[in-house]
Amino acid sequence: MSAPELFPTIGLEVHMHLATRTKLFCSCAVEYEAPPNSRVCPVCLGMPGVLPVMNEKAVELALRMALALNCTIPDLAKWDRKHYYYPDLPKNYQISEYDKPLGVGGSLDIETPQGPRRVGILRVHLEEDAGKLMHAEGGGNYSVVDLNRTGTPLLEIVSEPDIHSAEESRAYGEALRQLAVYLGVGGCNMQLGQMRFEPNVSLRIGADAAGRPRYTPISEIKNLNSFRSLERAVAFEIARHREEFEADPDGYTLEKLGKSTRGWRDQEGVSFLQRSKEEAHDYRYFPEPDLVPFVPDRKRVEELRKTVPELPEKRRRRFITEYGLPEYDAGVLTADRAVADFYESVAALAKDSKAASNWMMQDVMRVLNEQKLGIAELPLSPEGLAELIGLVAAGTINRITAAGVFAKMIATRKTAAEIVREENLSQVADSGAIEAFVDAALAANPKTAQDYRGGKKAALGRLMGEAMKASGGKANPQLVKDILTRKLGG
Amino acid sequence: MWLPRSTVGLEQGRAAAQGRPYKKNSMALTDLTACGLRDALREGRTSSREATDACLAAIERLNPTLRAFLSVDADAARRCADEMDRRRTAREPLGLLAGIPVAVKDNLCTAGGQPTTCASRILGSWRAPYDAHVVERLRAEGAVIVGKTNLDEFAMGSSTENSAFGATRNPWDTERVPGGSSGGSAAAVAARMVPLALGSDTGGSIRQPAALCGVVGLKPTYGRVSRLGLVAFASSLDQIGPFGRTVADAALLLQATAGHDPRDSTSVPEKDQPVPDYLAALDKPVLPLRIGVPREFFGAGLDPEVETVVRAALAVYERLGAGLVEVSLPHSTDLAIATYYIVATSEASSNLARYDGVHYGYRSSGYSDMIDMYMRSRAQGFGDEVKRRIMLGTYALSAGYYDAYYKKALRVRRLIRRDFEEAFRRVDCIMGPTSPTAAFRLGQRTADPLAMYLSDVYTVSANLAGIAGASLPCGFTRAGLPVGLQILSDVFTEDKLLRIARMYERETDWTGRAPPMAAEGAA
Repeated sequence: MSAPELFPTIGLEVHMHLATRTKLFCSCAVEYEAPPNSRVCPVCLGMPGVLPVMNEKAVELALRMALALNCTIPDLAKWDRKHYYYPDLPKNYQISEYDKPLGVGGSLDIETPQGPRRVGILRVHLEEDAGKLMHAEGGGNYSVVDLNRTGTPLLEIVSEPDIHSAEESRAYGEALRQLAVYLGVGGCNMQLGQMRFEPNVSLRIGADAAGRPRYTPISEIKNLNSFRSLERAVAFEIARHREEFEADPDGYTLEKLGKSTRGWRDQEGVSFLQRSKEEAHDYRYFPEPDLVPFVPDRKRVEELRKTVPELPEKRRRRFITEYGLPEYDAGVLTADRAVADFYESVAALAKDSKAASNWMMQDVMRVLNEQKLGIAELPLSPEGLAELIGLVAAGTINRITAAGVFAKMIATRKTAAEIVREENLSQVADSGAIEAFVDAALAANPKTAQDYRGGKKAALGRLMGEAMKASGGKANPQLVKDILTRKLGG
Repeated sequence: MWLPRSTVGLEQGRAAAQGRPYKKNSMALTDLTACGLRDALREGRTSSREATDACLAAIERLNPTLRAFLSVDADAARRCADEMDRRRTAREPLGLLAGIPVAVKDNLCTAGGQPTTCASRILGSWRAPYDAHVVERLRAEGAVIVGKTNLDEFAMGSSTENSAFGATRNPWDTERVPGGSSGGSAAAVAARMVPLALGSDTGGSIRQPAALCGVVGLKPTYGRVSRLGLVAFASSLDQIGPFGRTVADAALLLQATAGHDPRDSTSVPEKDQPVPDYLAALDKPVLPLRIGVPREFFGAGLDPEVETVVRAALAVYERLGAGLVEVSLPHSTDLAIATYYIVATSEASSNLARYDGVHYGYRSSGYSDMIDMYMRSRAQGFGDEVKRRIMLGTYALSAGYYDAYYKKALRVRRLIRRDFEEAFRRVDCIMGPTSPTAAFRLGQRTADPLAMYLSDVYTVSANLAGIAGASLPCGFTRAGLPVGLQILSDVFTEDKLLRIARMYERETDWTGRAPPMAAEGAA
């Protein structure tokens, strides 16, 4: 009997911080890097008598993300309390959404090495984050807690178990991050822990006698905070499940072992058991009586839907078909919404999408990478770049001169026209003047001219270079070439 | 120069006859109602400082016996009184309660160093860093906050015996309880230690002690008064309300505290429910008046003496032209008690989770690890009744029990609400006894939690339905214990409820009666 085929089945819970100025239920600033416990008030400290007030901006951002993920916005969403005791959670309950989340039943299209895939979105909901607990160093018998992060808004996005490999897990995570940043929903700074992953991994084991699929136990890996650890942890779990199942094909099943919670040691690259099924928490969820249920205003939801911009994946495809860009270029130019917007403005203004993409890919992206800038910080407007492209198209300067002008535009913030005028960079297009440069080049290099005439076609380039040098780089290269060829052949 | 001359003369004469110095009639000043004191202050017949001193003297004399106050900040009260007197003299704008002494139940947060204990050890030396919304309102209206009143720990109880700092006693008979949980506020007003006090009502905690102490107490509609700064017991049921000796006094304090507060999401916006002027039309009778008399409120368990007194009160209304209509509230007694003790304990188990010894309040010493610290701190910090309710609520919310208890309780809650909605289509208000018995003896029900829970059998349904309710003094038992008439009215009809109460008050003189001990000092 051959071993049954094992097929990874993965669902991902993603937590991301929302880009609000203030916390979810109070007006404390969201600045968890501030000195410990300096961004707190009676509300987020969970003092007696305090009440939460919902941050409207957080609800709006959550709805925006839910809409971008093609979710249905139900007629009613409500808040619930999730209970567990831990010192980073002053109330000992977290305000979350249990059975009536803000968004349900959506999807996200992602690109994977195996081609495009659609991942179902089970739900999108809003909840508050906890504080940070730090255990005393050097074996001290105490811990310290920083509550700056307590009560900051978190969006939880739960996927359907539609992911089937470690690479896909990563691709899905990256696509969500790109989307959130694109929408302005979250900063998703991985170093600051603004995005965390909790994959649920199980392997489908062929089918039983009745044709129903069987599964290995589900393991949920908590708190992964980089794409790399997400990918490694999922790969590790898949391999671990495989081994465990092969060692005990009858016992290692979801039916028998249920769901467990595991941690991840990144340095060693291994997961470890935190809680088995028997130790599962009873969170005693119940409706939060201090907040009224959220009944979305349909008109507002529709308005919000209209403000959801074109999503990266769709835009990438459009760039390929509409502008004729290569796949790679389209991917680079749509990875960041501001870059894509910039590109489209330049293409429209310069009326040349090809030249615009060349400038973006070669010159603009290089400056951004070298100077570690966002495009908004670049001292260049789409109008400025379009003007430069126009000067090349009109033959006023050549492409090589233009590259220098571009560098000067960035350095001096002057316009292309100003730089060309001030530095007298206009191409010489007067054939009389160019003839003089060509003659001078031929006179100074009789040997090279002879080589050309003798059949060494490569000698033409050297002569062209000499003529260009004589012009100070300003001669129109095409005219130089024409005149030179004519004189040599004549 | 603050009372009719005849009264002053009488008091001076009494003092002279007993050979004791006549002290500015300070005790008799405390006989004034809040509205009476307001008039006296306006007319310059007395000062806020005199009235405050009189209250402080009464508290000093009576509190060792009654234990109605847990803390009194005499200096702050006098400073505030002096400031109000200065403003009055300077003809500066004055608030609704300018210069009037008010007591505040000790589950309402007060900033400025005065303790907020909830009558519990678990809060330890914690001091509230902020004022409750109602306390802010009191200060803005110029009230003189004299102190914080006793209660059952975290407002859980019906006798104020569950206070960690000693039980409050009933001014009419100090061997009896004042009711609860706002027993301290009710006793303080009844004993004329203060003319006004704030309480909170989760299942009858204003109305039942008001009945047992012979004062007026009102539980507003859920959402009428902001709960911000009320230490939560059961968030979906808690509501802050006034105690006074008269209907007008209760109306005055309600006026000062009602209204929208954006910091409480369950507080109702005034564009939807404007706050009416409760005092303006108070003397205008509600006629025609149809009074619903639920047969379930006159069933088994009701003390016959209480029934007689309440039926007599209903007869007064009939004489005034009201029609009595028998109504039925089928889900509003036995089922209401069961529902209440599931909803309230579930919410309490959650609300009280924060008292764990980590961030503030009491922390046990000698623990071995974090879980041990939690357990010891909570075991030592909470009293028995609070623990009982936390356990009940934790059980009701547990996986596998949620549907059978909490979810079912919510369904019954909807049925109770519907009972009232249907009744209010036919009648203007519902009347019956506030409590099945008059004040019971200290210790009489402490051994039997269920008997204690039944003290609230007529009051809990109003909290579950979110409607307005009041208790009005309507007579005495043969033993001289006060009996309360409960009046329930539909949501946001406190103005009508107060007018209906006032109709009865004008025909009787119960609200003018003082317990003997309150008069002793003056006599």
